[in-house]
Amino acid sequence: MGKDQTIRVQNKGIELIGLRRRKHMALLEVKKLTKAFGGLMAVNNVTFKIERGEIFGLIGPNGSGKTTTFNCINNFSPITSGDIFFKEKSIKGLKTHKTCHLGIGRTFQVVKPLSRMTVIGNVTASAFCRVNTIKEARDEAYRVLDFCNLLKEKDKLAKSLPIEGRKRLEIARALATKPELLLLDEIAAGLNLSELDEAIDLIKRIRDKGITILIIEHIMKVIMTISDRIHAINFGQTIAEGTPQEVANNPEVIEAYLGAEYAQG
Amino acid sequence: MKAKKITLIILGIVSLIFPLVIRSDYYQHLVIIALMWVVIGSSWNLLAGYTGQVSFGHAIFFGTGAYTAGIFVTKLGMSAWWGMMFGGIVAMVFALFVGWICFRLRGPYFALATLAGGEIIRLIVTNWESLTEGMMGILIIQSFRSKLPYYYIALTLAFLCVFVIYLVMKSKWGYYFVSIREDQDAAESMGINTTLYKNVSLLISAFFTGMAGAFYMNYMAFIDPQVVYSLHYISIMAILVGIVGGVATTLGPAVGAFIMVGVQETFRSAFFGLAPKWISQAHALVFGLLVIFVIMFLANGVLGDWGKIKRYVFRIKASN
Repeated sequence: MGKDQTIRVQNKGIELIGLRRRKHMALLEVKKLTKAFGGLMAVNNVTFKIERGEIFGLIGPNGSGKTTTFNCINNFSPITSGDIFFKEKSIKGLKTHKTCHLGIGRTFQVVKPLSRMTVIGNVTASAFCRVNTIKEARDEAYRVLDFCNLLKEKDKLAKSLPIEGRKRLEIARALATKPELLLLDEIAAGLNLSELDEAIDLIKRIRDKGITILIIEHIMKVIMTISDRIHAINFGQTIAEGTPQEVANNPEVIEAYLGAEYAQG
Repeated sequence: MKAKKITLIILGIVSLIFPLVIRSDYYQHLVIIALMWVVIGSSWNLLAGYTGQVSFGHAIFFGTGAYTAGIFVTKLGMSAWWGMMFGGIVAMVFALFVGWICFRLRGPYFALATLAGGEIIRLIVTNWESLTEGMMGILIIQSFRSKLPYYYIALTLAFLCVFVIYLVMKSKWGYYFVSIREDQDAAESMGINTTLYKNVSLLISAFFTGMAGAFYMNYMAFIDPQVVYSLHYISIMAILVGIVGGVATTLGPAVGAFIMVGVQETFRSAFFGLAPKWISQAHALVFGLLVIFVIMFLANGVLGDWGKIKRYVFRIKASN
């Protein structure tokens, strides 16, 4: 009897520890991130946490430091101060290709297709991040292209794709590295309405695969429908964080986007 | 596809029996030199054509290979053929230095850094007389009087080089190299260690170029820094071979090597003695014109634009 109880207490303890750990284990944690270009504070003291499995939106007017935040996360540009934790480990100063191997994939706002390679070549090259043989990489590339509805364009040169295809190629290439966290940088910009719906559908399907998504987007239709939480920044500083509804009603956000008159009325 | 295979088989047979049919030393010499350029051109192509890191300093590796072979004779008293083994390896050591310094730069800045590197090494070798004999150069005794052994060694080396590069480009490394050429930032975000793989490409390239240099020492039996570290005769020629034949094609540099050696010899000998002598002085000018022609009309080189050439020839035939 007594023995049983102690075990139960222990079990409870373990459960509690488990709960506490799970609660605190954000997939990505950005702490007081600051990036200065000379005297310009592109990102100033930004802090946020992304939990596993969510779609986290990052919004802000042009030049507010969204892409710079991305570049800091995968260390395209070294951060000035602050720290970034991925799976509770600091990734500050880690080389870009290493962050990719850890499980952070990204797309570029200004798309960077490997122009003179075929579409499948692009994705195959990327798939080598996790596998070593040509065959495995090809198979993975097929799967990813199929997932992104690009399979029928697979033998075209990447430079011959229209902008919508290039954006999807960016996603496919990032997915082929099997990321746990995917950074999407304005993948809906320049798409027409039906393409937008397809993009939203694709993002949802990526989430359903269990991949956490951090997304930068200007198009409100996209960001408001898919995000679980949104973080708004302006001039490199946080102005709001919360559910899409909360952020949309936040006066500071309205001011940043539409000007002070709208915020009061 | 089938036509391609048949062409390759015929080329293989022709290259194997060539020196047995054509007994002239002069023509054998030309083909040996061309085969050596196949090696250098293909190596340059791996780094510049496939990996996108245009080098103006391949003379560093060629000269280093040649001097390694030479120093084996003058300082160690061993056969210069040891240089064939170690020339490539010593060239790789130099490549590590070049890569360490120059790969911090991208695009044209990298090219200029390699150009400067080549000139620096040439000056060092010229002035380090206790090791290299300086401007006196190194003279050795040839191992064979006949050209046949040299021909088959050069042929093996050329085949090995082209084949290894072909295999590399079919592998994971090949995908990595082309990704780096197309977009270094994208490659990095795809998990490719761009610094490492640029160095891998450079090392393979330097190895074969060094082997070619060691072969040159063995074959020509005389080297001096002005020849083997020459910007004009080695570094630039390597680029021309690649560009004329076809950048980023497997056999392009091989085709380019034969064209360039052919053109060079034709003008150097003033159309084999048929034209006035002053023409031989103008061969650099002709190189320039040839490059302008290739860039304007065959931007992808003779092999890269083979389809275009074929269409053009057919059009002329049809109009006749």
